[in-house]
Amino acid sequence: MTSLPEKTDKKLGLVVDLDICVGCHACAVNCKEWNAGAKSAPLTDYDPYGKKPDGVWFNRVHTYETTDEAGHGQTVHFPRSCLHCEDAPCVTVCPTGASYKREEDGIVLVNEDICIGCKLCSWACPYGAREYDENEGVMKKCTLCIDKIYNENLPQESRVPACVSTCPAGARSFGDLGDPESEVSKLVAARGGYDLMPEQGTKPVNKYLPPRPRQDGREGDKAPRMLEHADDSTEGAGLIARWVDKILS
Amino acid sequence: MHPAKSVIFFTTASGAGYGMMIWLGVLAALGEVYPDASLGIVTLGLAFALIVAGLLSSTLHLGRPERAWRALSQWRSSWLSREGLAAIIAFVPLGIFAFAWVVMGTNSGAAAMAGLAGAALSLLTLYCTAMIYASLRPIPAWHNGWTVAGYLVLGPMSGAVLLTAIFHLFGQSKPAAITSLLSLALLATGLLVKLAYWNLIRNEAPVSTAGTATGLGHLGKVEMTGSPHDNDNYLLREMGFRIARKHAEKLRTIAVALGFVLPFLCLLATIYLTGGLMPLLLSALATLSCAIGLAAERWLFFAEARHAVTLYYGEQAV
Repeated sequence: MTSLPEKTDKKLGLVVDLDICVGCHACAVNCKEWNAGAKSAPLTDYDPYGKKPDGVWFNRVHTYETTDEAGHGQTVHFPRSCLHCEDAPCVTVCPTGASYKREEDGIVLVNEDICIGCKLCSWACPYGAREYDENEGVMKKCTLCIDKIYNENLPQESRVPACVSTCPAGARSFGDLGDPESEVSKLVAARGGYDLMPEQGTKPVNKYLPPRPRQDGREGDKAPRMLEHADDSTEGAGLIARWVDKILS
Repeated sequence: MHPAKSVIFFTTASGAGYGMMIWLGVLAALGEVYPDASLGIVTLGLAFALIVAGLLSSTLHLGRPERAWRALSQWRSSWLSREGLAAIIAFVPLGIFAFAWVVMGTNSGAAAMAGLAGAALSLLTLYCTAMIYASLRPIPAWHNGWTVAGYLVLGPMSGAVLLTAIFHLFGQSKPAAITSLLSLALLATGLLVKLAYWNLIRNEAPVSTAGTATGLGHLGKVEMTGSPHDNDNYLLREMGFRIARKHAEKLRTIAVALGFVLPFLCLLATIYLTGGLMPLLLSALATLSCAIGLAAERWLFFAEARHAVTLYYGEQAV
């Protein structure tokens, strides 16, 4: 059924901290690794060892440079994946019911057994979250690792999406963004987490945390160039130190 | 957006087919066309052929054509599903209309009612096709009223031009005179609609920017310095199509000249040059020219439409 649920019990999603992300692409690689053997398997590659390798990926890491009016630049690494939108346009355009949003946790999925490969959902998504599998003839997308986060054979701490568990910098968090008391919701509130392209009206569940302001080179913002040696005062020093100081000076 | 041949063929061919059906239904209801069997076979047959060829072309480009029937289930939310349903339901009255005309030799009374119902459903199908594009917010060049106006006018327009040529072929000067006038009015309207459309997509304020796509706009200009991949991926092949501005200008001139102006002049001339083969030759030239012009117009409709995902790959605003 491609009509969206009125509301979902949970809003499971990701919080990506752009202040922490170092652009190592580990999240993208582990996403590919896990999903190549999970629900959406195979995660097809074309010409993997040839001159123009290409394939289906659910997570792509871009690197941007921003330049303000004063010419100050900043480099920001930017992982991009499905945002599991509340008003997911990719779901409502689907003619077959293959694309759906789960009522229990808000995860947006594709039923590959009934997808006809019309690609319209990928046109409807402003974020480029869906990638078509040329070999299988169906659309594929991030599942938020449903086969990992609910997997009771895994220890509790591993029941998070592959991109989250692998991030060496701790830039990615996973949780229920519909619960204002959850850790991720508190993080979003504390750091001013935001939606990508809110003007598209998709109400993304995933949130991005902005990079913290950088030093702009003015005095006072810099770390001290040299340690200041407090060698002309014995204030606070112990008895022996004061005695040695007296002898030496 | 990638201008796929299958979709360009589908929208132009089935648009003309439905356009023919609309006017055949209306002409029959008005009692303006005699139910001659061979005329019926050629006009209705060609209209059906164009519609079916278009639908088949769009079905065969699916990743899983054998599952196409599933596309009829989600009419509550999906314009693509509604289009499929409308197209199939339209075949019922159109089939009855064609059967009555060709086999029973009548296109009045109940047959005309079926023809009118078929005409209405044909127009509804064209509307659904238009809404598939117009409902896509990430593509501002499509997400506007002129897109809908374009599909609703250009289908009946090309159908009327094509019917005029066939009526002249059969020496049916009375219905040909009606479809000629219809064609002239629709060619003028169609040109105005497309000029308004091109004006809109050229001057419209951008909806999204690289700044809103990344949320980094407050830091200044956002430029991609590192792509996630070295080769084009699905997203760039499907949605990252870029057309050179000078080519767009040239194609727009071709679309205007061949799609609208030349057919208009040809059909205008048939009013004065009524002798011998002239009306047939002129209306045939109008049809050929219109077909080439609309193919250019439709190619541009896709090629000029920019998708919001390109903002992640270096585009500054869409």
